Amino acid sequence: MKGYMAQPRYGAQLENDSCLGPLHPLGTARGYKDLSIIQANHLTFTYTGASKPSVEDVSTTVSPGEFVVLTGPSGCGKTTICRCLNGLIPNFYSGDFAGELIVDGMNVKEHTTAELAAHVGMVFQNPENQLFSLSVERDVAFGPENLGLQREETRKRVDWALDVTGITHLKDKPPYELSGGQQQRAAIAAVLAMQPKVMILDEPTSFLDPKSALEILEVISDLNKKLKITIILVEHRLDIVSQHANRVIVMDNGKVVLDGTPRDVYGEQARLIGIGLPRVTTLFNLLQRDGLGLTQTPTTVDEAAGVLRKMLSR
Amino acid sequence: MIETEALRFSYPGSSEVLRGIDLAINDGQFVAIMGENGAGKTTLVKTFNGLLMPTAGRVKVDGVDTHDSSVARLSRDVGLVFQNPDHQLFSETVREELAFSLRNFGYEEDTIERRVGTILETLDLTRYTESSPFVLSGGERKRVALAAVLVWNPKHIILDEPTIGQDYQQKDRLRNFIIQLNAQGKTVIIITHDVEFVAECKPRIILLSKGQVIGDRPAEDLLTDGELLDKASLTRPQIGALMHQLRDLGLPEHAIDVYSAEQAILQALRRKK
Repeated sequence: MKGYMAQPRYGAQLENDSCLGPLHPLGTARGYKDLSIIQANHLTFTYTGASKPSVEDVSTTVSPGEFVVLTGPSGCGKTTICRCLNGLIPNFYSGDFAGELIVDGMNVKEHTTAELAAHVGMVFQNPENQLFSLSVERDVAFGPENLGLQREETRKRVDWALDVTGITHLKDKPPYELSGGQQQRAAIAAVLAMQPKVMILDEPTSFLDPKSALEILEVISDLNKKLKITIILVEHRLDIVSQHANRVIVMDNGKVVLDGTPRDVYGEQARLIGIGLPRVTTLFNLLQRDGLGLTQTPTTVDEAAGVLRKMLSR
Repeated sequence: MIETEALRFSYPGSSEVLRGIDLAINDGQFVAIMGENGAGKTTLVKTFNGLLMPTAGRVKVDGVDTHDSSVARLSRDVGLVFQNPDHQLFSETVREELAFSLRNFGYEEDTIERRVGTILETLDLTRYTESSPFVLSGGERKRVALAAVLVWNPKHIILDEPTIGQDYQQKDRLRNFIIQLNAQGKTVIIITHDVEFVAECKPRIILLSKGQVIGDRPAEDLLTDGELLDKASLTRPQIGALMHQLRDLGLPEHAIDVYSAEQAILQALRRKK
């Protein structure tokens, strides 16, 4: 297979029947894996009329294929960062933009939101706000068609996106007849059909019942593991996302204050900022305070069960 | 008291959403209505304030059949805070949003001023008094919508998905606030998917599935019933799941919040020694 980067982006032909082709090489194409997919240098943004920046002096890099959970108290700047990543800032929201943000090699200041949309996909809280067509298939085809892709290529991408998200059987249904979980799958499929390398999901499960929420998180985790799509997931509920993330970034007052693996980040400082640590982590912190001399701080139920089982059956 | 008798409801031209519901919610109770997407939760509470009238059976609020009352009358007693604040907010400033209903109810301006101030303070919104609701974050707009209903002091308060988009501290604040409302004798009914929030508040849970009540029990009981949870697309709360995994070691499944789990584990360790 030819290097992905060498292909013209929009005319890219799929090289085999599996539409998984063009997304796979992300982490393997020559030289590519050493590059960061997101690079922020002293990024600062102040909305017009605001007295202080919503995002202040953020410098960080994200490597291709990472699964990043972005969290922090309400108003900490998470949503503003997402708007910067897909170019809504500075293209749609007016304000003072300082520093630099490069996404998939593109400086967001120099590209339109439409150009960025093929590289950075965005999924919102409420799928109802994202779906508008009379059939799921039409919704999913909308993006590729607007990239000006050939009919055949659009067809392939739509079929593939429906398949990956497990909703091929719903393709002829109007979105408003679907359950919340199915709608969110359709919204993800619509973004996926653009074949973005980065997906930003802003609390994508908060409108869903818990079982549908876990299923959607599995879908997102699959996109990350199997297709190597870089995931930026904004979420308050660390209980349900920690098992999928390899990295957690905590923001407070517009700044990045903690950045590391879930285990590194879920400590006293995070608690003081007001981050809702996973319940099992909190439980272990309490037991630690009770003097149990625990050496591990679990971040998932399975991990916690393992440690406690050992302790109680010794 | 809110009562329903053999309540059925269908939207015109579509299948039945509520299929025979019998409930009694006493004054001062704290109730969570849970169930899968599309179970009929929002439809059910809309019959409580007369926004929807039963197609069969009846709903009584404080002894009066909703058929014999009006939405204007009912909404004074039953305050409903919608899931999407944008369906509710319309004013130029947060202050105006809150003052609107009070003016309609004919309160004096200085009473309005005082009430609006107190409610904004309680919900951590004072700094936005003169802001437009539409420049606020999603979580903040939700709190404004809640404030706009609480301000007229309804006897029964219904919150549709109050925790969505709220961070940990705001959820904590919301929980304390509900406890406070309960202590004042107000009925608080929340619709929620948030099993963690419910595991910490421990209300009575009414579990709906496909338009029928399939469970009506205290939180500790219902959130540990795997079969029932599964039917309504719910999951165990995290601590509940942990205790469930370790039940063979004698840990109680009913410990669904961190503090009861902590005590249970300490006890189990003491027993071992």
